[in-house]
Amino acid sequence: MFRPRRPSGSAAVLATALILLSGVLSAAVAEPSAARQNEIIYRLRQDCGSCHGLTLKGGLGPALLPETLAGKHDDALVDIILYGVPTTPMPPWGFEISPVEARWLVHQLKRGITDAR
Amino acid sequence: MRVDAICPARRLAFATLLPLAFILGGCAGTPRGTGDLGLIVERASGSVKIVETTGHTVLHRVEGLGDLSHASAVFSRDERYAYVFGRDGGLSKIDMLTGRLSARVVQAGNSIGGAISQDGRLVAVSNYKPGGVRVFDAATLAPVADIPAVWDGSGTRSKVLGLVDAPGRRFAFTLYDAGEIWLADLSAPATPKVTRFAGAGDKPYDGLITPDGRYYIAGLFGEDGLSLLDLWAPEKGLTRILSGYGRGEARLPVYKMPHLEGWASAGDELFLPAVGHHEVLVVAREGWRQVGRIPVHGQPVFVEARPDGRQVWVNFAHPRNDVVQVIDVPTRTVIRTLRPGKAVLHMEFTPRGEEVWISVRDEDKVMVYDTHTLEPVATIPAAGPSGIFFAARAHRIGL
Repeated sequence: MFRPRRPSGSAAVLATALILLSGVLSAAVAEPSAARQNEIIYRLRQDCGSCHGLTLKGGLGPALLPETLAGKHDDALVDIILYGVPTTPMPPWGFEISPVEARWLVHQLKRGITDAR
Repeated sequence: MRVDAICPARRLAFATLLPLAFILGGCAGTPRGTGDLGLIVERASGSVKIVETTGHTVLHRVEGLGDLSHASAVFSRDERYAYVFGRDGGLSKIDMLTGRLSARVVQAGNSIGGAISQDGRLVAVSNYKPGGVRVFDAATLAPVADIPAVWDGSGTRSKVLGLVDAPGRRFAFTLYDAGEIWLADLSAPATPKVTRFAGAGDKPYDGLITPDGRYYIAGLFGEDGLSLLDLWAPEKGLTRILSGYGRGEARLPVYKMPHLEGWASAGDELFLPAVGHHEVLVVAREGWRQVGRIPVHGQPVFVEARPDGRQVWVNFAHPRNDVVQVIDVPTRTVIRTLRPGKAVLHMEFTPRGEEVWISVRDEDKVMVYDTHTLEPVATIPAAGPSGIFFAARAHRIGL
């Protein structure tokens, strides 16, 4: 007996929904790959470090230590990384770091970069 | 074996059974000049390599110098000792001959550079935290004077940068937050006489002194232009030069502050990095007029003239920092684009300019180029190298 294919159609919809949902979830908790994390931390020390200090204790730019960043909103910090701060030397970095990566970096900075010298 | 390579006399001495004292004395006591020595800063490992430029070899590695991001060095007037200024406030005195640390103090929380007085007796350090300049005895590193950069009624301190020596046991420096240039006379070292020059401009990011010791110039980040102080006539105050060199043009974001230490003075013209532009500015010293703009690969960081003034070498800000360009001075054109490697941070010419050493941070090496053929002639391994400083700086004002 021929049966309508509805059940399998529902299954397809469900599967699609699950895929979409997992995409959303992974975006919310997204982390850059391990290799990319290393690269971002290297850039942080070397290139951000030319103004913020290799040890992030500040220089021409402010310190980027957990105590100096405490109380500052994540969104604001992400925006500063991506878009810079007009009238100051802080340039926009959005051309080489994604919003997801910037948010990950803000979380790392607020926790303290343990392997930063 | 390395010892034999360094000291063939020792092997010979063993073979001929000469007395021990002679063996040791024969090597340690072999006289050596320091005119071809220099040091390479290994910024992330807190160490420096002492090198010699005649045979392109590494003689010593000195460790334990703290945070050397943005580190620089000056030399004692006999070219024997280097004073290394670290980011963490560390001031280290290194014996270039033995490769040993002679003295070290941590004199502030956050520093940006230093200078040695014309007579070689005083070493001064410019500090971000606490903002100001501290002066030390060059022989012992004992503190001599403290000049807090307190500039308004509130007692706030400004970050200080662009510190150079000026003739007559004076130091000139710039207050970043205050937009002022100060001139400190340390004829009586314990009681510095400070002359303040306000209105230098918005966010002066570095300062330099011309090789004759006459003009102190601060570059401005907050606006196009530079601020000039004539040390032969300081009573005339500051003069703004090259105002609006990029007028009407969108300025690009700056991924690394240019440096003015490598002031390129070629004949009667000066070559300067244009902040936020892919250009080198050419300035006639007569009247301080802009007489040319040379399009280059990226935003210049160091713009350095070969000592004879025939060429100017330029490196660039992140992310275009894998390239060095060579400008021919008479024609004001780029004659060669070199690719030494990822993250070129600094260039240093040998005293007479036949070679230039270039640090390539991300490839852990220093490349040496022949400045006539423009070809590489040697590679020296170094861990994340940044600044390169040759001892011949000892005899030049402002370096």
